[in-house]
Amino acid sequence: MDTYAPPPKLSFDTHPSRYRHWTLAIDGDIARLTMKVTPFGGANSELELKSNSYDLSVDIELADAIQRLRFEHPSVKACVITSGHDKIFCAGANIYMLASSTHPFKVNFCKYTNETRLAIEDASQNSGIKFLAACNGATAGGGYELALACDEIVLIDDGSSTVSLPEVPLLGVLPGTGGLTRVVDKRKVRRDLADAFSTLAEGVKGKRAVEWGLVDAVVPRSKFADTIAQRARDLASKAPKERGSKGVPLDEIGNEYRHVSFTVDEKSRTAELVVKGPTDATLKEDSSFWPLRMARELDHALLRLRFEHENVGLVIVRTEGDKQKAHEIGELLARNDSWFIREVRLNLARTLRRMDVTARSFFAVVDEKSCFSGPLFELLLACDRSYVLDADRVDVWPGSLSAGALPGWNGLTRLQTRFLADPMKAEKVLAAAKEGPIDGATADKLGLATVFADDIDFEEELRVAVEERASLSPDALTGMEQNYRFAGPETLATKIFGRLSAWQNWIFIRPNATGERGALTMYGKPERPQFDTRRT
Amino acid sequence: MAQALETIPNNVDLSSDRRLQRALEQWQPNFLQWWNEVGPDGFQAHQVYLRTAISVEANGWAHFDYVRMPEYRWGIFLEPHDKERVIGFGDVIGQPVWDEVPGEHRNALRRIIVTQADTEPASVEQQRMLGKTCPSMYDLRNLFQVNVEEGRHLWAMVYLLHRFFGRDGREEADELLQRRSGSSDKPRILNAFNEPIDDWLSFFMFTMFTDRDGKYQLAALAQSGFDPLARTTRFMLTEEAHHLFVGETGVDRIVQRCAELMAAGKDPRKEGAVPFELIQKYINLWFSLSLDLFGGEVSSNAADFFAAGLKGRFREDTLEEHKAMGRTYRMEVPEGGKLVEQEVPLRNAMNEVLRDEYVKDCQRALDRWNKTLEKAGVTGMRLRLPHRRFHRGVGPCAGYFFDPDGKPISEAEWKTKESGWLPTAEDRAFVQSLMHPVFERGKVANWIAPPPKGINGLPIDFEYVKPPSA
Repeated sequence: MDTYAPPPKLSFDTHPSRYRHWTLAIDGDIARLTMKVTPFGGANSELELKSNSYDLSVDIELADAIQRLRFEHPSVKACVITSGHDKIFCAGANIYMLASSTHPFKVNFCKYTNETRLAIEDASQNSGIKFLAACNGATAGGGYELALACDEIVLIDDGSSTVSLPEVPLLGVLPGTGGLTRVVDKRKVRRDLADAFSTLAEGVKGKRAVEWGLVDAVVPRSKFADTIAQRARDLASKAPKERGSKGVPLDEIGNEYRHVSFTVDEKSRTAELVVKGPTDATLKEDSSFWPLRMARELDHALLRLRFEHENVGLVIVRTEGDKQKAHEIGELLARNDSWFIREVRLNLARTLRRMDVTARSFFAVVDEKSCFSGPLFELLLACDRSYVLDADRVDVWPGSLSAGALPGWNGLTRLQTRFLADPMKAEKVLAAAKEGPIDGATADKLGLATVFADDIDFEEELRVAVEERASLSPDALTGMEQNYRFAGPETLATKIFGRLSAWQNWIFIRPNATGERGALTMYGKPERPQFDTRRT
Repeated sequence: MAQALETIPNNVDLSSDRRLQRALEQWQPNFLQWWNEVGPDGFQAHQVYLRTAISVEANGWAHFDYVRMPEYRWGIFLEPHDKERVIGFGDVIGQPVWDEVPGEHRNALRRIIVTQADTEPASVEQQRMLGKTCPSMYDLRNLFQVNVEEGRHLWAMVYLLHRFFGRDGREEADELLQRRSGSSDKPRILNAFNEPIDDWLSFFMFTMFTDRDGKYQLAALAQSGFDPLARTTRFMLTEEAHHLFVGETGVDRIVQRCAELMAAGKDPRKEGAVPFELIQKYINLWFSLSLDLFGGEVSSNAADFFAAGLKGRFREDTLEEHKAMGRTYRMEVPEGGKLVEQEVPLRNAMNEVLRDEYVKDCQRALDRWNKTLEKAGVTGMRLRLPHRRFHRGVGPCAGYFFDPDGKPISEAEWKTKESGWLPTAEDRAFVQSLMHPVFERGKVANWIAPPPKGINGLPIDFEYVKPPSA
């Protein structure tokens, strides 16, 4: 049904030296990320990104900057996020970009920006980099949502700059980058005030913004720079501990993967993702270190899957390589607590969580060539189903990493989530693995195999499952998978992906937003929107 | 304070509106404090021959008498109510006008009103030091007339905020007194209102060009479906006309002085008058700054305001068609280094439509000044409006460089030629050097021609401003 042009092909590789919209400056233990979006410098060079509004290309640079802060600048303890414009902090996602995008692109754009905001919070929580939003002007929509992802928000008090979430009153959609969730769940704004705030297009400024809990402080222009500098120093001094002094530069991923292969069969709408185990189990403190490079390639492949292969509905996940070495490197990752190894673990955890919210079916295939060992064992758990061949030399080997270092969005390990009914089963898997690789039959008994079949049945089982999957509604599958992938406790992230995003994606396809006279369609047009007034 | 409230001239039944009384009781002392702090400096105790509106009757809006400015009777007047009035444009055309704020448009209306209101006190602040360098007592009085009327316009807007916008309105009204022109911490909302006006050439340019934007904004709001706003702005327009008169004739007198000297073969600069090129530079500056006040050439807000019946076109009631749907407006916008013609839905081009009327009106004044040059016998030199792409800080031309003919040029070329197009620091210093006060009755500074006639039929040498009695 979409009549729009296909989304532009984008590179997810970038580097501060090539940023078009951000500058990253490091001064001792304080970093400064300054947003100044190049108006016609986005993914679509025809589209003017006015008033520091952003598109995917802007967010790719932000995500890159956060990654580099963690790996390349371990001395940084606080990061100020601000704008290079005088009166505008950030106007959020560009409306015309959204309005002219396909539904799948909108959804994936929001998902990516959500992951970036959550990565900021992950860096704060787990890497001790505290973020300060220095809102030096109007902070609207996605701009305020970016600020909400920071630990502290300081707004300029100039009599006119506001923080706002104008999506509901102006566009008939939701602030889809965690705004609603963080207002009440993170900043704990009272629900009635949150309600008033989110229907007030122009937002809230000054004293009231502080009273309502929307920002931490408002500061006049003459004191703004000093206050920000002081608060950044305070944040840095409160940061938990020194991470390191010498960073690890991140190389470019490009399209030539070393440890991951990703092939697409457009005809059957399936893809095959093969992750190769390490050839060397020793620690290397650079970006070629296998768990780092492998996870970054996997991450890259997942993003390309999302943005470039809309029609692929099912991904067969395979692993291959030396199980022993994979196991050893997993143990190394779990036991070593240097800052670099911690970052490698956190990065791996984020990549797996990217997989958790990728709207594709994932089936793991475990056969003789497989290497679901150490870090790669988590891939099996991240899949919707696992097909295990009943044959000799087919085994899986969970390691210490699976005991807590790689939590999912719900805060639990994937084993805990899998065995919610009986937490002892997770323990049993880990205990069994202490003895060495777990053979197929045992894995099946322990609850790690969806289908355990011998060579007579295996191929057929898999073929039928793949074909059956392809026949089901892609939308229903996405919804079903998202409901099942993170059972258990709610977190900010599960609420964002499972509640906010789900509502948003529903609203996005409703006529009241994107119909001929929907609010999003009509934005900036000469006519006003018309609503179907029936509540559902 | 109750007594003071009773002295507020009004036609809004203030004496029986308790909510409004309460709000104004709190606001009025703050207003007076603001006036004393940042109103005309050095003249608060003088007796000034001022016009006061005391009713909306034909003879009521122009009551002349001596008054000390802090005792000026700032009134609240709306054009009389027309019960039959219907909304004259947009999607809701033909429906009865709103006497109360429709919830749907509350925020947009508040924003429109606050933005308009903010300019009123701003200009008083910008002009507060000018009295000390006035070119004549006549001009001094006109300055103060403009100032007190800007004060009254603030009252008129504050009335709307207090009467129709509840707590938010009261807070906005308070903030109108807290922002300050040119302040880095709490600047006025629009940029042109943060520029200092520290010489009389700038003052006349401001009242000519910037106040004229006000006229067009008010005229567009006078069409509003929100009736109290329409009625308020209509009454304000009668006063605004005087401000434009002050600006247009002020510049005209400067042109005349310059022209007389040139025609006599003298160099205006050496004679202590304003040279022709400098007048042109000030026109370039103030015209371009004022064009920005209309907002972006393509604007979704403008389209929304029109569609919703909040803000119409100039003299919308005299147009033939009031929906502006399915029509387009062609404009040239810079794109990748060259100008490209673009077709914009008419509603989205409403700012530009209003700007068109403004430019026409400005050209009329320019023609008048050129006639003055001609009459004085100056040949070969005429004043002109720069192209509307020139020196813009708002809209698609902002960030690009154009010469006064509207031709795209490089930044390098702009840098070498800017000083020939816009006032430099030396130019400003020169104008400043001319600013010596003339307080003597009937006398006029050397750099400006005397006015052709006095105020309210009085002679030019009338004592328009009396010092405080000893």
